[in-house]
Amino acid sequence: MDLAHSPADEAFRAEARAWLDAHVPRVALPSLETEEGFAAHRAWEAELAADRWSVVSWPAAYGGRDADIVRWLVFEEEYYAAGAPGRVSQNGISLLAPTLFEHGTLEQRARVLPSMASGEVIWAQAWSEPEAGSDLASLTSRAVRTDGGWLLSGQKTWSSRAAFADRAFGLFRSEPDTPKPHQGLTYLMFDLRAPGVTVRPIGRLDGKPAFAELFLDDVFVQDEDVIGEPSRGWRVAMSTAGNERGLTLRSPGRFLASADRLVDLWRSRADPADTALRDRVADAVIGARAYQLFTYANASRFLDGESIGAEASLNKVFWSEYDIALHETALDLLGPEGELADTDWSEGYVFSLAGPLYAGTNEIQRDIIAERLLGLPKGRR
Amino acid sequence: MRFLLDTEQRAFAASLDAMLTSADTPSVVRAWATGDHAPGRALWSRLAGAGVFALAVPGAYDGVGPLPVELAVAFVELGRHGVPGPLVETVAAAALLSGLDESGPAKRLLPSLASGETMATVALPGGGTYVLDGDVADVHLTVRAATSATAGLHLTPTPVGASSAPRASLDPARRLVLPHSGGELLAAGPHVARAAAHALIWARLATAAQALGVGLALLDRTVGYVKQRRQFGVPVGSFQAVKHRLADALIGLEFARPLLFGAALSMAPAHVAAAKVAACEAAYVAARTALQLHGAVGYTDEYDLSLWLTKARALRAAWGTPAACRAEVLCG
Repeated sequence: MDLAHSPADEAFRAEARAWLDAHVPRVALPSLETEEGFAAHRAWEAELAADRWSVVSWPAAYGGRDADIVRWLVFEEEYYAAGAPGRVSQNGISLLAPTLFEHGTLEQRARVLPSMASGEVIWAQAWSEPEAGSDLASLTSRAVRTDGGWLLSGQKTWSSRAAFADRAFGLFRSEPDTPKPHQGLTYLMFDLRAPGVTVRPIGRLDGKPAFAELFLDDVFVQDEDVIGEPSRGWRVAMSTAGNERGLTLRSPGRFLASADRLVDLWRSRADPADTALRDRVADAVIGARAYQLFTYANASRFLDGESIGAEASLNKVFWSEYDIALHETALDLLGPEGELADTDWSEGYVFSLAGPLYAGTNEIQRDIIAERLLGLPKGRR
Repeated sequence: MRFLLDTEQRAFAASLDAMLTSADTPSVVRAWATGDHAPGRALWSRLAGAGVFALAVPGAYDGVGPLPVELAVAFVELGRHGVPGPLVETVAAAALLSGLDESGPAKRLLPSLASGETMATVALPGGGTYVLDGDVADVHLTVRAATSATAGLHLTPTPVGASSAPRASLDPARRLVLPHSGGELLAAGPHVARAAAHALIWARLATAAQALGVGLALLDRTVGYVKQRRQFGVPVGSFQAVKHRLADALIGLEFARPLLFGAALSMAPAHVAAAKVAACEAAYVAARTALQLHGAVGYTDEYDLSLWLTKARALRAAWGTPAACRAEVLCG
């Protein structure tokens, strides 16, 4: 049992820290959920990519540094400790890229990954539909065979980043009459600016267009944009969902840095007699460390060759609820100023509120935990 | 970086688990609660034989320690089986004696603590009002300190003449007395205060591990119960409201576990305090969940669940209240 990093990993940390010290913008970028902020974050992705810091865990051939999971964790710790911007390319990097590495062709990787790494193409996810959220397999948007490709029709919703993004990926029903709903689905990539696509931005709670509805009307997609075999998309998508809930969507580095900032805020602002608030700040510190160490334990198992299965659901419920509690504490510490919009804390608060809803609601995650980790019988939802 | 228990550590846990399962530990707990300490002492000797108390004792005094990770492994199992007695206190005594600048008291007392011949209980500054199992422990060690310069370590060698009659704890297997006044002065000076602070960290680590084990036992037993207990024609474990409470209990325990072992690796006061808060909180959530999901059967003393339910409550305040430990987290 050992938490110390190897000298090589510490050298990697030092290299990352030095680069970040020299490059992280001194003034925070505007919210990435605005047109201006989206462009600024895209430019930041290009700056990261220029020195191969945008996708450290990818192979060098695609612009990465072949970082294993421990180095990825180290990088993320340094990244957020340096106060670096949130990642506008995260949907692509943490959801689509792992899918391509697992199920994509060499041609697809060569075509898609470099422009993803540089921020030139920003990807949106297109999973949910108006009648298919937690029960994703009930989706009804269609992919119909045509000459040299497919025609997509239907409606997607809650598509994160889609208001300003370039391309999207999602599941479409290619066989309408299968015995089970998760059969006959095809995983496809498509262009958000293709003929037949209408993007209607949706304002989140604070009005910023953090997601969008997509209306698809016979949108042509070439065969090369199918990931995996046609009509076998469910399995491909589930490996992506595991990534989303598991190790890569929320790095511990982000919460460690936020907890440090919270302690600073508490030291500078708090009434020492307010022990209730002090206890919540302490719990934020404890939670960040718990999440870090839990992730290191899982990373160790991963490096031992074990797979992280339903345990990813423990992770997802924990970080999503932790994120809200952390930000609520910060807003309470700020008092009347906590009401102000467009501060780092209020922006983070609004963002955190979505955590228990996406990537599979926390209710679905708790069902998975109960059935697969505790062995409880299936029942009615 | 390999933040996982190794094969040997897991085997140690498994061997303690097997021993405590075969020892019918619940009946030992019930005997202890009524003042019949013989089965508890017999079990204590077997635990010492397995090396549990030697983990906190340095090799120079017939121990194999200090080995905080292995100690945490052991105490999770002790908590899981609800083992009674001044377990944490004996470990704290070992840490206290081995942390002194002078070796006299350590030479005199540590070998018999490591071998299990001596059962110790301890009162330390910051540790709480009562001394656990003061009516049965062979030695009482008391650190009194007006200031760190005047700290004194006192020994009272027998359980007879405890300074007060035992008071009942919410956990019937814990018997509380007030610390002795007087006794033989073993050591004095600032190094006693330093050793006491060191011992407090070991006590908190062991308590956190014990609490985690208590929580795991409560969750295990409850999962077993809701699978077989039927209402409305189906197992109650198929109801979503039941599943979600158990999922939350598991999340609390699974995130306390890495805090515990991370703390054992660093032994930093803030890390140990964090582990204690998280483990005790998770165990208590597991206890409330266990009681609710068992229904009235869980609210009886005759059903064994009570052995863990009451301990989960008692351990919260032992060796540092949640508030004291949270304050420590923010000092680090």
